[in-house]
Amino acid sequence: MIASGKAVLVPGTNIDTDVLYPGIYLNIDDPELMKPYLFEGLDPSLRDQLSGDTVLVVGENFGMGSSREHVPLAMKAWGVRCVIGSSFARIFYRNCINLALPAITCPQAAQAAEPGSQIAVDAATGKVVVDGQEFSALPVPPFMLEMLDRGGLISWAQYKLSQPRS
Amino acid sequence: MGYTIAEKILLNHCDADHVEPGQVVMVRCEVVLANDVTGPLAFRQMEKMGTSEVFDRSKIVMVADHFAPAKDERSAILIKRLKEWSLEHGVAFYDQGRGGIEHNLIIQEGWVVPGSVIVGGDSHTCTHGALGAFSSGLGSTDIAYSLIFGEFWEAVPGTIQITVSGEKGRFVTGKDVILAVISQIGAGGGTDNVLEFVGPGTKSLSIDERLAISNLAIEAGSETGIFPADETTAAYLDGRTETKWEAVHSDPDASYSRQLKVDFDRLEPLVAKPHNPENVVPVSEVAGMPIHQVVVGNCANGTLTDLRQAAQMVQGKRVHERTRMIVVPATQKIYREAIEEGLVDTLVEAGASISTPTCGPCFGGHTGALAPGENSITTTNRNFKGRAGSPDACVYLANAFVAAAAAVAGEIVDPAGVIS
Repeated sequence: MIASGKAVLVPGTNIDTDVLYPGIYLNIDDPELMKPYLFEGLDPSLRDQLSGDTVLVVGENFGMGSSREHVPLAMKAWGVRCVIGSSFARIFYRNCINLALPAITCPQAAQAAEPGSQIAVDAATGKVVVDGQEFSALPVPPFMLEMLDRGGLISWAQYKLSQPRS
Repeated sequence: MGYTIAEKILLNHCDADHVEPGQVVMVRCEVVLANDVTGPLAFRQMEKMGTSEVFDRSKIVMVADHFAPAKDERSAILIKRLKEWSLEHGVAFYDQGRGGIEHNLIIQEGWVVPGSVIVGGDSHTCTHGALGAFSSGLGSTDIAYSLIFGEFWEAVPGTIQITVSGEKGRFVTGKDVILAVISQIGAGGGTDNVLEFVGPGTKSLSIDERLAISNLAIEAGSETGIFPADETTAAYLDGRTETKWEAVHSDPDASYSRQLKVDFDRLEPLVAKPHNPENVVPVSEVAGMPIHQVVVGNCANGTLTDLRQAAQMVQGKRVHERTRMIVVPATQKIYREAIEEGLVDTLVEAGASISTPTCGPCFGGHTGALAPGENSITTTNRNFKGRAGSPDACVYLANAFVAAAAAVAGEIVDPAGVIS
């Protein structure tokens, strides 16, 4: 899977899903309606940078805490195409993969990126290009890669349901 | 090379003939759990997947706990949708007044047995490791898939083994064990791993205390925190479930990503300072911090044991005039037991507010949000910035003795200073 876009930097380590999408807005289940609350507890002005294809650049242990899928759902609804970071919390990572949003572990690329940098990622090879400079990401394991290529867990389920049951 | 308990349970629930950390397998589950936040979102995803049929309605549990009682119309609609879907699909549904906080509830009601696999649309699904189960917190798309197929994809985790030894001090509880672990490995230190608790010190831990330990495994980034089933587990399950189970233990030659020790003899009551559960210090280090709100409750520490500890601290005393105290029994059954034991009377007499079982105050959803400049000490599991209301409020995490002692003193205090 290839993804590209303009960098938006989300600074800090251990950024939890509560600040990314505060609990009081969890009573919303339509991704379009989640958009106004993304980053609400961290820095609402980050939303102003979200236009068109975006690559979020994040720090260590990004997305820790609550399992709320509202975070990657709202990111996708805003046009986020990829998240590049130093490391990811487990549930956030799998939520991204399930939604076909590549979460790429590449601390060097995350370090190099500046606001507005042009970033392109090839999830299969792990090649990350930041403003023309090339980096090698931790390879996406084959299963997760297949999930991304198939368009996420929804498409995966649709495919499985279309097959004769064994 | 032998297997850890987590690897053994996963091996028993997948088609592979060998498992090792990092390998991805499809894992079958005995229970699929969701709540009023993650359930309706999972139903939307399920519709997109193209079916409304579930794999086995006897293995699905829905619980209204996050926004129950509904705080507003939108929350009421989610709870209504959860209930209607559950009735339509013939799955177990626990409404407000009939259940409680999902994790404590399904353990109490005998849904969880050692060696089983539990998935839940809630990060604190890790709690079920307390009974020797493999439990995994998932997002809503994962839950949708599990509802249809009865399985989920899993990258086999490594295992961090924690050996607990020594004798518990008077005001030291399971909460302090897990805070000590989080402090040692950090908020991301357990990522891609489960925690496994063994050693002579685990014998003195009741199921209620183990719940708190397993519950906060996620605060170290871990998928779950497992206690191999022992006599305490067997006694707890006796009469609670008819499901046959067998205890699973790690092999002596199992391989661990890390091994740690927690010694009760050197452990004092701990407090996690704002705004991360890894900021752990001894209670003495934050003594004197003024406290405006105390919460005793939630899926970590809303058990009968916690309510007893809180009542013991406030018995015959008054909650300090600066301070509000909210007590949230985790389930309706615990609430009734607390009434029967006179704990509710003791707490109310001291000036505490008692809430119906709900997740509200823990995640800032409703019931007890904080104003700017306020400090709160709670028995919950997360003290993230803004989680419990204002981003300019501060939350300290502790056990129920420490939290209730602060309610009486109006400031953080060593519980030994409140009752001798």
